[in-house]
Amino acid sequence: MPGERKMIYLDNGATTKVDERVLDEMIPYFTEHYGNPSSIYSFSKKPRQAIEKARKIISGKLNANPDEIILTSGGSETDNLALRGAAIYAKNNGKTHIITTVIEHHAILNTCRALEKEGFSVTYLKVDNEGFINLDELEKAIRDDTFLVSIMHANNEIGTIQDISAIGKLCRGKRVYFHTDAVQSFTKVPIDVVEMNIDMLSIASHKIHGPKGVGALYLRKGVRIANLITGGSQENNRRAGTENVPGIAGFGKAVELAKPEHIEKMIKLRDYMIKQIEDSIPDAKLNGPRQKRLCNNINIGFRYIEGEGILMSLDMEGICVSTGSACSSKSLDPSHVLMSLGLKHEEVHGSIRFTISRFTEKEEIDFTVEKLKGIIEHLRKLSPLTPR
Amino acid sequence: MYTEKVMKHFKEPKNFGEIEDADGVGEVGNPKCGDMMYCYIKVRKNIIEDIKIKTFGCVSAIATSSMMTEMAKGMTLEEAEKLTRDEVAEALEGLPPIKMHCSNLAVDALHRAILDYKNKSKSKEK
Repeated sequence: MPGERKMIYLDNGATTKVDERVLDEMIPYFTEHYGNPSSIYSFSKKPRQAIEKARKIISGKLNANPDEIILTSGGSETDNLALRGAAIYAKNNGKTHIITTVIEHHAILNTCRALEKEGFSVTYLKVDNEGFINLDELEKAIRDDTFLVSIMHANNEIGTIQDISAIGKLCRGKRVYFHTDAVQSFTKVPIDVVEMNIDMLSIASHKIHGPKGVGALYLRKGVRIANLITGGSQENNRRAGTENVPGIAGFGKAVELAKPEHIEKMIKLRDYMIKQIEDSIPDAKLNGPRQKRLCNNINIGFRYIEGEGILMSLDMEGICVSTGSACSSKSLDPSHVLMSLGLKHEEVHGSIRFTISRFTEKEEIDFTVEKLKGIIEHLRKLSPLTPR
Repeated sequence: MYTEKVMKHFKEPKNFGEIEDADGVGEVGNPKCGDMMYCYIKVRKNIIEDIKIKTFGCVSAIATSSMMTEMAKGMTLEEAEKLTRDEVAEALEGLPPIKMHCSNLAVDALHRAILDYKNKSKSKEK
């Protein structure tokens, strides 16, 4: 019966459970050390220190300096700050061209579309059938008026990890700023902003077992962008607003708790799940690459059926997943990422994304695959597309 | 987002399958748009004696297919021709507005099956 069985959460690409230790770190800043970090009395010292501690941990994970981290409200604000902030600054210098990809998160894509209406031109790079961009195409796309290349590190739907080292090197050589949306990859793929020639990078707390409503932009020292939120002098005059102290403290703790061995654990579990599905369900195809794939992402296209039915059937079993199907989206548009891989509409409609976390257990995967077998078989019996 | 009635019909869809010697077959939609239905009817003395359906589509498409077949079974052809998508949606205690298209399709599939039956009968008369 629903409610009695434990819920199985396989949608960690959407958001994650806050680690108990993260919550413990946050709590004192709600009721005890609640002072405004900008106030100068000693009561505000603790919250101020909490912010600087978190900033240090976050910057350390990226091999950045603490003063290169701008704390924000999350991934979308951070992407907006990077793109719009750079755009406003560049326009004053006569540069109006941005290069991005067709598989970016909507926080980037819709911001680019908005900038197009404001007079900027945008090149959307295509990807191959596994979601990788072509470096030569990127090089050819760079023009004299290009000021920014924004290419996501790891894709949220299919897990493709771009070679951001090579992209960074190319952009640095061409004297064009390189921004990467690392919301999905942060702590799951090693990042060194110096080594990789990254100028700006977006991250978010709630994807790594931290609280929602906190994110950060790494802004390399020397890179000039305009402010989006004006007001007080918080964040070194780069982002106004009283800091979300508990959230920031939690974000720092979440980064501290993320360990390389979690990546190894997730890779094993990911590959195990892919194999279990491929071995037990016919006409199930992995979307995205097998190598250079995010450690927690599994995206499978189940032929002849539609994803919303699979999702809702799994939900009845207490299993949370997501789908690229049009039918489950508010807009009724199929996933732009899956479509850009050259998949047919019906292949996109039947795609399901499972995203695991360091807390996911093998038993949960086994239970899910077992239920999945029955669900797929049942829905295929109903479909006129299933071969007899 | 879905009513209990929709979920009940999705979980245990009625009248799914094919009729080998159907008197009329109606086909609507295409896999590109995400919905596709094949409707089969058996007609006796102007009454839909049996009806089966096969559906590729979302929860709503499967539920409306099931509901539509339950409603149409036993109807005269004239009654079935007058069956509307709103009636199917109402019988399911409502559908999300964005999903009204799916219920439209189930009724369309039925109407096409009836048309197919009528065309076949005409050619038999000749």
